[in-house]
Amino acid sequence: MFKKIPRTNLLFFGGALLVFLVIQIAISTHLLNDFWSTIIRIGGVMAIVSLGLNLIYGFNGQFSLGQWGFYAIGAYTAADITYRWTNLNEATGLSILLIGVLLVGGAIVYLRSLLGKIRGLDALSAFTMYFLATLVLGVLAVYLGKLVGPAVAGLLLALPSGISLQIVFVLAVIIGGILAAEVSFLFGLPVLTLGSDYFGIATLGFTIIVKVLLDNSDTMLGFAEMKGARGMIGIPKITTWFWVFLALFIVVLVMRNLLHSSYGRAIVSVREDEIAGKAMGVDVAEYKILAFVIGSFFAGLAGGLYAHINGFLHPSSFNFIRSFDPMIIIVLGGLGSMTGTLLASFTWALLLEGVLRLVLPQGFETWRFVVYPLLLILIMLVRPSGLLGTYELPFLRQVLPPLKAFSKSNSNSANPESGHPVPLQEATK
Amino acid sequence: MNATINQKPSLLETIIRKRWLGKGFLLAIAILAIYKLTISFLAGPTVFMQQVINGFQLGFVYALIALGYTMVYGIVRLINFAHGDVFMVGAFVSYYAIADFGLNTWPAKVMPGLPAWLSTAIGVISVVLLSMVSCAFLAFTIERIAYKPLRNAPRISALITAIGVSFFLEYFGALPIAFGPNFVTYQRPFEVVNWVISTSGIVALEPGVAPPDNTLIISNISLYIIIISLLLLFILNFFVRRTRVGKAMRATAYDKPTSRLMGINVDGIISVTFAIGAALAGAAGVLYATAFPQVYFAMGIIPGLKAFVAAVLGGIGSIPGALVGALIIGEAEVLSAAYISTPMRDAVAFSILVLVLLVRPTGIFGEPSREKA
Repeated sequence: MFKKIPRTNLLFFGGALLVFLVIQIAISTHLLNDFWSTIIRIGGVMAIVSLGLNLIYGFNGQFSLGQWGFYAIGAYTAADITYRWTNLNEATGLSILLIGVLLVGGAIVYLRSLLGKIRGLDALSAFTMYFLATLVLGVLAVYLGKLVGPAVAGLLLALPSGISLQIVFVLAVIIGGILAAEVSFLFGLPVLTLGSDYFGIATLGFTIIVKVLLDNSDTMLGFAEMKGARGMIGIPKITTWFWVFLALFIVVLVMRNLLHSSYGRAIVSVREDEIAGKAMGVDVAEYKILAFVIGSFFAGLAGGLYAHINGFLHPSSFNFIRSFDPMIIIVLGGLGSMTGTLLASFTWALLLEGVLRLVLPQGFETWRFVVYPLLLILIMLVRPSGLLGTYELPFLRQVLPPLKAFSKSNSNSANPESGHPVPLQEATK
Repeated sequence: MNATINQKPSLLETIIRKRWLGKGFLLAIAILAIYKLTISFLAGPTVFMQQVINGFQLGFVYALIALGYTMVYGIVRLINFAHGDVFMVGAFVSYYAIADFGLNTWPAKVMPGLPAWLSTAIGVISVVLLSMVSCAFLAFTIERIAYKPLRNAPRISALITAIGVSFFLEYFGALPIAFGPNFVTYQRPFEVVNWVISTSGIVALEPGVAPPDNTLIISNISLYIIIISLLLLFILNFFVRRTRVGKAMRATAYDKPTSRLMGINVDGIISVTFAIGAALAGAAGVLYATAFPQVYFAMGIIPGLKAFVAAVLGGIGSIPGALVGALIIGEAEVLSAAYISTPMRDAVAFSILVLVLLVRPTGIFGEPSREKA
């Protein structure tokens, strides 16, 4: 028997496929030149970053300005891996980071199950334990990675060069995302205990610290190929519209399914009222860190994609002033609205990078950043709750199962006839 | 049964209950910092003291900016990101006043009989006053146009608007028709005099002569900065503590609806708060440009951010907190630039902030939060 697919799902998947195909054909037939295709890809990347931030701030209510720092971590990590592969033909960087990321991730998951049983453990002590474990495992990963690096390189060289490059690229982007997620876990653990605005300032500090480290990446961190404040060049330009679209599509699906699950409702309950959530048995600290880590993972993923669009990275693109960009996008689109975020990020990229550059007459290019804040202030004054408010596409909108359907499947466990609404947690199980 | 009740908790339990791991982590960082400071001090006590003096000079400028942040945040819970750019405008106003109109020399022209030091002081004070008034007016306008319509909107809308205003001031300032996109050399409103402090007393240093080794040097820039900042701080403290408007300001910060019921013009008080904060930022702009004689359109970003960190560090909403936090940030910045590395100074300031917030979540002088922010 076929399960009936809801019409909204069909419309959404069909629409997504159509958008992908139209833009792909336009790019392939050079209807869209390089300029516009880059802008569209940047719009997609911004959409991923902003969706991550929307999960953290829009749905979970944690005012974070650190998204840009995680974006930078993802970008530089992925760029370093592919740079080493294409220019130096070595896979040691890939192996070290892959092993390190997996070891640390495993350790975090394992320690979390252990430490979860200890009652009354404060965040800072837990952080200290995770931090020490990360240090030890990091050293171990460097050692192991150097050992298996040549073998991995040999394995990849056996494949055709185009395929091996794509494999390295995909791995690099995913590793960048996981690394960003792990850093966000370590950083978020103690810092998420702070109040809302204080958390914002601490994460802003994180962005600035990352920027300072990137400015001195060649002298202080010892990565000569990142070239510090001069900017990293020679990264292969392999982020195509296909990869951007695929990542964006997966991120949207993951976020939609996450938000429609019981986890998602717990995450939203933290935003609505922490105390009421606690009273309902929601582990507030747990869900705060969950949303923060997933959001940062998206940021790292987007960073990896961004690094391979222009083939050039400069620390000034990760300036803390730019860290307001995703915040501006999600507020313009509407907090807690995925549709709004998607729309706003593409509009933002098209407007700021494309239209304003073309519309302004010769000699007025510098007016771009005078018009942009004016537009921003105007939109905020006219529509303080964002362009779309909390509107969602039907597919992304959370539809609670009707009471009737519930009574059919679970008629023995509850009494629907009494007319009492069913607890949300129960309804989807 | 008695034995089980009086049983001593196991070592693991003690470690967890007393938070020894976290405390140990913080302690390790503190010991590292103290060790670094001691080593630096022993390596060259006079150089170290010189850096401390420079740190005070910077810290007092930060304190003036931080007051604007702390007052505005205390009253409307808005991180006013445009504050740093108001500071920039203040610096530029004083630059034009000095370079184009020679405002600092008017007492010497009008009243030639005055002693030189008095006419210089009056000239400097009039430049500072001009900057303060223009910044206050600018902030008042910004508040009326951009923030007042959003008083009842979600807090984030006002924040985004503040970011928009900040961008606008910066990039409008960068236009050739405004301040221009280049660094401009600032002309100080007074002649720089350096004094050498050594065991044999305080001697004025002749211009062009290299200072002797192992001595401290104080310039009249530091004196101007510290005197003007302290003066403004005392005036502000008097204003907030002793006048009717100050009382209304504190009431509004505590509870807006109730103060409105008590007959306080809340909107007016908020405007006054913005104007006073901006006036202090304008004074800070003059002093900062005097200390580091260069003005340009983006000069307000980093000092503004540092001052905000100082305000949070000291406990937002608290005036002595802003001073203490700013002095800590100023010292940390100068010392880390001297002894760790110049680019790390921003990172150090923020690391201190994060660590202090972990120990005292509302800052050094902050009160525990009364409500969900």
